Amino acid sequence: MIVSAAKPSMLKSLCTVLLLCVAGTGALQAQDVKTIHQERSLYRNIMVTEDSTRRCMRFTVAELSGQNQSCRFQRDHDKLVFPYAKMVLTSLLVQDNPKRILIIGLGGGTLVHTYSLLFPQADIVIAEIDEAVVRVAGTYFDFATTNKIKVATEDGRIYVKRAGLRADKFDLVILDAFNGDYIPEHLMTAEFLEEVKKLLPDNGMVVANTFSGSRLYSAESQTYAKVFGKFFNIHMATAGNRIVVASPQPLPDRAMLEQRAAAMGDRLSRFDMKLSDMTQYIHTDPDWDLKERVITDQYSPVNQLNN
Amino acid sequence: MPVSSNTSPLSARPRHHNTLVLCLAFISGFIVMAIELLGGRILAPYFGSSIYVWGSIITVFMLSLSLGYLAGGRLSLREPRLTLYGSFYIAAAVLLLPLVLSGNAIMEALFLRIEDPRYGSLLVSMLLFFLPTAVMGMIAPYSVRLLVVERERSGHIAGLLYFISTLGSAIGTLATSFYLVLWFEVNQILLTMALALLLSGALAIVVGRKSNLALAVSS
Repeated sequence: MIVSAAKPSMLKSLCTVLLLCVAGTGALQAQDVKTIHQERSLYRNIMVTEDSTRRCMRFTVAELSGQNQSCRFQRDHDKLVFPYAKMVLTSLLVQDNPKRILIIGLGGGTLVHTYSLLFPQADIVIAEIDEAVVRVAGTYFDFATTNKIKVATEDGRIYVKRAGLRADKFDLVILDAFNGDYIPEHLMTAEFLEEVKKLLPDNGMVVANTFSGSRLYSAESQTYAKVFGKFFNIHMATAGNRIVVASPQPLPDRAMLEQRAAAMGDRLSRFDMKLSDMTQYIHTDPDWDLKERVITDQYSPVNQLNN
Repeated sequence: MPVSSNTSPLSARPRHHNTLVLCLAFISGFIVMAIELLGGRILAPYFGSSIYVWGSIITVFMLSLSLGYLAGGRLSLREPRLTLYGSFYIAAAVLLLPLVLSGNAIMEALFLRIEDPRYGSLLVSMLLFFLPTAVMGMIAPYSVRLLVVERERSGHIAGLLYFISTLGSAIGTLATSFYLVLWFEVNQILLTMALALLLSGALAIVVGRKSNLALAVSS
């Protein structure tokens, strides 16, 4: 639910883009943003800000550089604020009926909200390392556990490893823990992705919210390619991140994607999106440096690569 | 104590002995912190990067260094010898090897047995880091003993030694976190450090043997 950290070098242009958006649509009102909650947890600063249109959970202080955020509209909680959440939902074209969902990283709970509306019968487990994030999401974003929605307050890597030992299966694993200026290195390695893959049934899939700039883009792409082979790479010019969709089984071809998107019709209209608008953003050809090293537990300088 | 003709203001030993001890103290300071920093990376796949993983690692390093200081100080009561000093480095190098060779097996075994990541990471840190770090802790007080000849200068020399070895730690932390992890795999870094410790120890032993021989001849 968090839009990834912007590269410092990209910050300026991102700010410009953001300002243009503000000026262009008038939907975002950067001026009257109020901070309604602020706390320093064990892992980060958590801020909840709001203006007349949106309420956001942020993990950085800077207002406009606050790309690390999870937002919802004040009036319509279902409508998705950021393109990245729509990119995540695009994975429904690969697998449209997940019964067990694992989400690593809670943030403001946007994805939990969306998936629990789409699949009320699905069991959703969230692994969130920071107990304070769970609490703030509960207080300010109506996040609540139910008999279908459960939270494990622990490191995502440990949750995945233990789930693998229990031979647990999840039809959909969403990796969304990359939510601060610091990226958890152990959640990006080939070994971790192998552990995630073990949780997937043949028709299962992993959907990862990751980075689109810098050398890390190449390194991460190389890592997904090594573990899963071909994967879908979803990126839009307007979003600072990209979504990886990978599965143990072969991915559908373009014609099949279009067909499924058409079949979905307006099913996602309450989230303010249409899958047939999204297929154009799905890429499969390698557009990264194929010589970049694969990220492993032994070699994971992901924060250095992101600079 | 026999006084050689080539005395320095620092000690009664040849000046190059003091330089050697200071250089080696720098190296051990560098390596201790480099390993501590890599510790977080090593444990993360099994115990995550929660705050208690760092808590465990730092606790174990502090504990093992403190006991190492105690033991090294004790050993320095007897006639200080460069050869014994060198053997600390060799012991540290050898004790680092289990971390490289069977670190994953040890962590996996404990991960399966201990559910609580706090005590899991604490126990694993003890098993992986305690011995090599404790031995490296012995180096500091023993270095002071090798360098000090006059009581009045002991504080000055201890200060100089701490300066050098802690500077080594600072540079080791920076070099590892900024650059080494970007260029090398964790095990490559660890093996290089073990090799550096081995060479340091061998050098101290060779130099120590030589001057013992020289002393034996001159007396």
